[in-house]
Amino acid sequence: MNRIENVFNKLQRENRKALIPYVCCGYPSLEFTEKLVLKLADCGADLIELGVPYSDPVADGPTIQRAAVKALEEGVTLEQIFSMASRLREKTEIPLIVMTYFNTVYVKGIEQFIKMAATSGIDGLIIPDLPLEEADELKTTADKYGVDLILLIAPTSTVERIKKIGEASRGFLYCISVTGVTGARINVLTNLGEFLNNVRQETRLPLAVGFGISNPETARLAACEADGIIVGSALIEKIEESMAQEKSTDKAIEAASHFTSSLRAAITVN
Amino acid sequence: MNKKGYFGEFGGRFVPETLMPALDELEKAYEKYKEDKEFKEEFNYYLQYYVGRPTPLYYAEKLTQYLGGAKIYLKREDLNHTGAHKINNTLGQVLLAKRIGKKRIIAETGAGQHGVATATIAALMGLECDIFMGSEDVRRQTLNVFRMELLGAKVIQVESGTKTLKDATNEALRNWVSTVSNTHYVIGSVVGPHPYPTIVRDFQSVIGEETKKQIIKFEGRLPDYLIACVGGGSNSMGMFYPFKDLQEVQMIGVEAAGRGIESGKHAAVLTAGTKGVLHGALSYLLQDGDGQILPAHSVSAGLDYPGVGPEHSYFKETKRVQYQSITDQEALEGFQLLSLREGIIPALESAHAIAYASKFAPILAKEKVIVICLSGRGDKDVMEVLHLLKGEVK
Repeated sequence: MNRIENVFNKLQRENRKALIPYVCCGYPSLEFTEKLVLKLADCGADLIELGVPYSDPVADGPTIQRAAVKALEEGVTLEQIFSMASRLREKTEIPLIVMTYFNTVYVKGIEQFIKMAATSGIDGLIIPDLPLEEADELKTTADKYGVDLILLIAPTSTVERIKKIGEASRGFLYCISVTGVTGARINVLTNLGEFLNNVRQETRLPLAVGFGISNPETARLAACEADGIIVGSALIEKIEESMAQEKSTDKAIEAASHFTSSLRAAITVN
Repeated sequence: MNKKGYFGEFGGRFVPETLMPALDELEKAYEKYKEDKEFKEEFNYYLQYYVGRPTPLYYAEKLTQYLGGAKIYLKREDLNHTGAHKINNTLGQVLLAKRIGKKRIIAETGAGQHGVATATIAALMGLECDIFMGSEDVRRQTLNVFRMELLGAKVIQVESGTKTLKDATNEALRNWVSTVSNTHYVIGSVVGPHPYPTIVRDFQSVIGEETKKQIIKFEGRLPDYLIACVGGGSNSMGMFYPFKDLQEVQMIGVEAAGRGIESGKHAAVLTAGTKGVLHGALSYLLQDGDGQILPAHSVSAGLDYPGVGPEHSYFKETKRVQYQSITDQEALEGFQLLSLREGIIPALESAHAIAYASKFAPILAKEKVIVICLSGRGDKDVMEVLHLLKGEVK
């Protein structure tokens, strides 16, 4: 039973788009992250990306970098993140996807990492610095344990690459909306529709768009074209702003939920 | 596993998908132009008339006599234009980038040597150039920052992480992800995703190729030992690679032991690191049990890097090269030793190789021959050394 596939099938039947918030595990604390995930699941999130903070996140812009630095200062570890995932799994059926850089996986040992993920109730894995060419061993192992290795496609990907990546990816395809790193932007790729249409020619997997979706309006525009949207930096910025102003984790969770609800509303209109 | 771009188990391409087409394009272009007559002629023309090659191989007679052991030769990369070996690679890569049609050049830099070498060639070729440099290094190396600006480059201060070379590299990679269509990233060492370690090695191999001819002229035979410092590892790779199949030549790479390996404040990646992925390649690196990268330390900014080129990791595994380490203190002694005995002020990086040779040469017979790669000149380090010798804390 694969939770990711089920969710996308259900959404398709209901003609709805997937809302996938990204949370940085351990920012500002792991306890906060745990509460936040449950709250987001209640206010319109369909899947959750659990970001594993990393010292050298080359695919991430300043917002996620800042959050990762704080989380690492808090001392968050991979083991703690998997324990949190296990606790979450007892309380919710929402698909949990771990987003981590490859070194974290490599150092733990590929099989060991996937085993830990699977037993913690993790459904999928996104590794932004693991292109298809390097993914063979991880993919075989992930398939064996029933964890979806979700691959990424960029606006620079050639048709040939899109085809191969589409064949190898599981769950959905992560389509990077801009030639760049993560982070909230004013404008989403102007020719997003064309980009996604090109991808759809090569695959039947659901397409989720991420990088640069910053507000309900960009969310709505992206959701017109995609099967799902991923929002990370903008959500973290809401938490940062709230923490700076109110100095209360409860208020910050409220602010994050409010923002998520507004995204849900925006992508449900169309 | 697709083993393209691997040296044994090391290397590969661990980068965001956005960069993969650019790496494919670079690889194809490199395969094409490395055998291209016109490209080679242009590269060699600038190496000779602009960079000043071949650099001399110099018999360091006074140092040899002082140490009282093996004969010591110095490969004078310090005499290149801009004062270090770095320009061999920046010239090659910028010529390549021009042929691919890129209009903009970016690079990372630690102390500023690679940044200056990149800005120099960008100025020569009339290309836009942005250099990423950690704010901590900007503070320590104000002169090099000004040099790069004089050369028309924009120096972008990096405030993330440890604010040094590792983070400058992260930021350069991020910038490249965002600008890849018109920009070439000139990586400064034999690190990074395939094909960079190969490209940089090949452009730097001129060091070893020249040395081979020059030593035969002097000695009528190959050297017994090659000694070079290893940070990312480009000068050592350039020196070692042309000798790799000549088993009679032993090679010693000298890493920075900083304040001592046991202190944890060092950059001796091959001596004390573990396997992992940094800046696009699988290699040895300094990291904790969760794979978080640990900060490196060395008195020499050029060696202050928590990673090392994947081919060096391969040479460590196959035991083709022996890797040793030298502390900050020993390097400072090497710095003064060469200045005093030969009238040559070495870069602090190269001073590590000098310091190792000063321990090693005396235990060898007088007929043995050592070649040290003197990768750069020490002008850039004079202020730093002044402070250190006066016992001032930076």
